[in-house]
Amino acid sequence: MTEPIGDSGSSSSLPPGAVADGLAVLPSDATVEVVSPGGLGLIAPFHFASSPWRAVWSKLRQNKAAMLGLYILATLYALAVIAGFVAPYSYQTQHDQFGFHPPMLTRIHIFDQSGRIARPFVYGIRVVDPIAKGYRGYEEDHTATYPIRLFCHGDKYSILWVVRSDIHLFGVNAPGLIYLFGSDLFGRDTFSRILYGSQISLSVGIVGILISMAIGMLIGGMAGYLGGAVDFVSMRAVEVILALPSLYFILILREAFGSNLSSTQSYLLIVIILSFIGWATEARVIRGMVLSLREQEYVLAAEALGYSRTRIVVKHILPNTLSFVIVTATVSVPFYILGEVALSFLGVGIQEPEASWGNMLSLAEQSAQYLQDFSWILAPGVFIFIAVMAWNFLGDGLRDAADPRSLR
Amino acid sequence: MLSPYNYLTTLKESKGMTPQALDVLEHQFHLESHNVFTRYGYWLWQGLHGNLGFSFKYNVPVASLIWERVFNTLLLTGTALVISWGIAIPLGSLAAVKRDTWIDRIVGFVSFFGLSMPIVFLSLVMLLVAAKTGWFPLGQIHDEVNWDRFTALQKVSDTLWHLFLPAIAMGVISMGQYMRQMRGEMIETLSQDYIRTARAKGLSEWRIVFRHAVGNAINPLISLFGISLAYLLAGAVLTETIFSWPGMGQLTFQALQDKDEPLVMASVVLLTLMLVAGSVVSDLLLAFIDPRIRLEGR
Repeated sequence: MTEPIGDSGSSSSLPPGAVADGLAVLPSDATVEVVSPGGLGLIAPFHFASSPWRAVWSKLRQNKAAMLGLYILATLYALAVIAGFVAPYSYQTQHDQFGFHPPMLTRIHIFDQSGRIARPFVYGIRVVDPIAKGYRGYEEDHTATYPIRLFCHGDKYSILWVVRSDIHLFGVNAPGLIYLFGSDLFGRDTFSRILYGSQISLSVGIVGILISMAIGMLIGGMAGYLGGAVDFVSMRAVEVILALPSLYFILILREAFGSNLSSTQSYLLIVIILSFIGWATEARVIRGMVLSLREQEYVLAAEALGYSRTRIVVKHILPNTLSFVIVTATVSVPFYILGEVALSFLGVGIQEPEASWGNMLSLAEQSAQYLQDFSWILAPGVFIFIAVMAWNFLGDGLRDAADPRSLR
Repeated sequence: MLSPYNYLTTLKESKGMTPQALDVLEHQFHLESHNVFTRYGYWLWQGLHGNLGFSFKYNVPVASLIWERVFNTLLLTGTALVISWGIAIPLGSLAAVKRDTWIDRIVGFVSFFGLSMPIVFLSLVMLLVAAKTGWFPLGQIHDEVNWDRFTALQKVSDTLWHLFLPAIAMGVISMGQYMRQMRGEMIETLSQDYIRTARAKGLSEWRIVFRHAVGNAINPLISLFGISLAYLLAGAVLTETIFSWPGMGQLTFQALQDKDEPLVMASVVLLTLMLVAGSVVSDLLLAFIDPRIRLEGR
């Protein structure tokens, strides 16, 4: 169907321009900076003082969408780290009698009963009498007001396993409740669970990409530099992985490991499975780069000095692929985030009561009635969308900024 | 850590199964060997002879279960493919022609929207739309109650009505990438010399774009066709689950949970074959459309 990609064998006579996929235009950071024509006139003052990274950064800063993505991601990841502090409740605090309470974001009052301005407060919650009113639901209990208090005590939490505390950014005194984004079937606070869920859903992206980049760099680097049998075997493995329908493959791998796993185990399993699929793309890209890099003089110099092959690959060739690797990594983070969402949504990922954006959404799938009457349970989906969009903006901007051909 | 359970584990725990009956089943399903490779060898040998085995759960040949599902899945993914390419190619070309105007910006936003929208979320939103408005059915492939009484025409329109939302959801997800690709290719094509020649000849802009540019810009996208089919088939699991669409994704996921191994194996083999076929077809199409590729081998 397709010819084997660059079946170069072990000969080193491959001309540098012969590498497929147009990757040859990005030989290394150094040449990117020196050769890149045209646009240099504009950034000339920068040019000598700056490292290649500086140049990329200054280009990136001009890209509004990319910077927006960067700020959104910084905020989301910061919130994920301090989730315990920002969330008013823990992810498993249940209030069974108040399941599916609507969002209170619009029910924070600043005028009290007599019309005077007061410190922001919420009313108590009362379950309506379904027989008298003809519907099931909640209403505000105007006899009880609960002012929103800052830095109040609540559920215990820890930040990065180190800082342990029970002081929350905001909250109300018991028995009052504050459900900013509503509550789920068991009366757990959706806002708190989204924050705790972001710890899992967002970190899967970073951890996953780190693992598959490590595998991809090693295998791709070796395949590109050594060529021959190593190249042949690893590239055929890559093709097999890319030919399989990925989500099915992921599901099968997941099912092979049974279902009675602890939450840490299933988290690790998801990350490993996703990286097991993800390394293939990275390895292929890196191999293409290494094929052109190994023709450079400094590699010849290293060979002449008698360095071992492993050392040449790891210390001399791979570092030069780094800028490109970072771009590819940023572009492929959404794959891991969406992979976790898909697995958890189908019920084979992160298990209850642990929160992840995927398994929170699976509540909506249980019954169309839930979806219709309690639409706020879709809130985690909005966050997935925002996070993936931000990664896409950033990845796109980085790719433009690191590409010497882009003169915009 | 590998899951030690197989299909018979649940049966063994249930009452009403005699050890003899279990034994018969064990032999029938070839589960007596705990060596995965032996069982795989047996499966492969049978599979090469066209026998994909019996489903543990339904106790009928796997092939008979799968065919109907294959059609349903292809109907869904095929429609989604038509929708995504049908939107992506005109809009991508338009964005390239109207480069750096507000139209370009809107198209850019739409493609980012498609790229970033998780299929799970969009499908749920579509389902929410169906539930709130009542204009569309809540899943399933056709009307279960009246299906047998429908005329042929009613059957077609009923299926299309059920198809609409899931196909739109899947189409929107996959269109973003092609839209951007098309825009890029089109911008490149419009800067070529022959376009300048066509302008110099005094051809109308309309004719230049459609007759000279689009045809050339579309070539690189055709090789993406196979990949786009792969994405759609893989993504179909989620949409099919949400819309209770009786396709292969739903069947395979259910079979995985039931540990119905022959069914899982058969459907994954079939899906992989479909993917490979998709990329063969796109290679052939490319050769058919682009004479440079067709003539290179001569």
